[in-house]
Amino acid sequence: MEINSLTIQSALDVLKKKECSARELVAFYLDRIEKIDGKINAFLTVDREGALQQADEADSMRANDVTKPLLGMPIACKDLFTTKGLRTTAGAKIIDNYVPPFDASVVGRLKEAGAIIIGKTNEDAWGHGSSGENSDFDVTKNPYDLTRVPGGSSSGSAAAVAAGMCLAATGTDTGSSVRLPAAFCNLVGIKPTYGRVSRYGVIAMASSFDTIGHMTKTVADCALVYETTSGKDLFDGTTPDIDVPSYAKSLGKGIAGTRVGIPKEYLSLPGMAAEVKAATQQAMKTLGLLGADIIEISLPHTEYAMACYYILVPSEVSSNLSRYDGIRYGHERSAFGAEAKRRIVLGTFALSAGYYDAYYKKAAKVRTLIKKDFDDAFGAVDVIMAPSSPALPFRIGEKSEDPLAMYLSDIFMCPVNIAGVPALNVPCGFVDGLPVGMQLIGPQFSEARLFGVASAYEAATQWHTKWPKT
Amino acid sequence: MSTKQMPAIDVERVAKLAMLPLTDDEKKLFASQLSSILSYVAKLNEVDTTNVEPTAQVTGLTNVFREDEVDTTRILSQNEALKNAPASYNGFVKVKVIIWR
Repeated sequence: MEINSLTIQSALDVLKKKECSARELVAFYLDRIEKIDGKINAFLTVDREGALQQADEADSMRANDVTKPLLGMPIACKDLFTTKGLRTTAGAKIIDNYVPPFDASVVGRLKEAGAIIIGKTNEDAWGHGSSGENSDFDVTKNPYDLTRVPGGSSSGSAAAVAAGMCLAATGTDTGSSVRLPAAFCNLVGIKPTYGRVSRYGVIAMASSFDTIGHMTKTVADCALVYETTSGKDLFDGTTPDIDVPSYAKSLGKGIAGTRVGIPKEYLSLPGMAAEVKAATQQAMKTLGLLGADIIEISLPHTEYAMACYYILVPSEVSSNLSRYDGIRYGHERSAFGAEAKRRIVLGTFALSAGYYDAYYKKAAKVRTLIKKDFDDAFGAVDVIMAPSSPALPFRIGEKSEDPLAMYLSDIFMCPVNIAGVPALNVPCGFVDGLPVGMQLIGPQFSEARLFGVASAYEAATQWHTKWPKT
Repeated sequence: MSTKQMPAIDVERVAKLAMLPLTDDEKKLFASQLSSILSYVAKLNEVDTTNVEPTAQVTGLTNVFREDEVDTTRILSQNEALKNAPASYNGFVKVKVIIWR
């Protein structure tokens, strides 16, 4: 069995045909983690015993003709996801001894769907970062080039799926944290509409921005997992009561006549890497050949998005991190890492008396205008296509001394979170052996449409079949 | 918020508000890094926000209510709730003295 080329779909097929058991499948992945993760650092915790036990349960269910959409599928969770009885650190030393007494709603749903939680993945502590280098533990390496970052903050999840250490992995996306690592590791990654997937039990970063996504090797896998995780949850008041369609059924249809908007502000960004621009233009051409109408649009407030984001998000971060006081769990506040401290100071400042109106409130008003840019654009187009990152995966250490330069690498992604709209990262090319990703962005709750366009593009290209040699 | 001069954060005061112990090196480093971030965000002043309402909730939800009933699925036992506490006494979380007479 060529484990590196397995997808959820093909692995389900293998189990169905009894070519191997869930226990054998899970054991393959556990052994692979043991063999290669020493050089990648994707996992913070591996639950060998628990995973094998869950696999046995999956095998006995299958023997009794129980059908579940993800029965026996090994999935990893970013360490922001609370897992009952399994250490959850948020990538931060301040809670490196925390063993939660409950499951996040999404973790519960994945288990209910038959998935096997194989372990917890490394990340920028609390989700604060774009490279994985802000982990309070080890730095995760990009499986395509071990001297480069895998993208963050869901760094370990992306590296784990790309290197064939699990079939899917969860992530959170507050400003780029699913899409950027997906782009840097050649994966399909979804940033949901705000509120489509419950945040309950996922350690909060910025509560009005946080979305709960995942990364897979193919569009079909991504849609399948999304059917499981989406929908109203009584434990999260921001999940609206809107039906979850069958995302799998939205795949494989043509895209003739679909109006694809290209934001003119994005492709003219100074400092955008020429090879990334070329790959994006090539993808644009492919969409055109598939029958889509390519239309230039404008998102006029783009240049203010990062400034808006880096006031509002640290403000919410400072509030959310105030609960870590070492009294009910974890250690004292001096144990926070440098980036968390930096954001707490910035956010507390922006919310403090005398500065609130000038910073927080001003940024919240600009947020209204950025959201309106998207609303206006979707009056004229069905989806927006844009690069995911302006650059290729960068070298470890290249940007870690300059927080502002690191923040600006998310320029094409943060506006999506500001507006609360959904987006997918889809692999769209390689430059010198390094992956390039593009985003498909849609109006709120239009994920089915995004999966449809992405599947048409994926079917016409081969990028998603190029796996690293680790 | 002026675009002309480098804005400054009184890191010491803000850290006190956030109950965040910082080393002298951290204070110095953050003061300079945050000053350059604030210079960058001063860009927001270029945007005319007259008559623009602030946004904090993006999907248009307003108040979401539920019945005020005990839901046992949302409750942890005292033991579970205390399991991670560094110190406990008689079923309570033990904390350091915060008020002296």
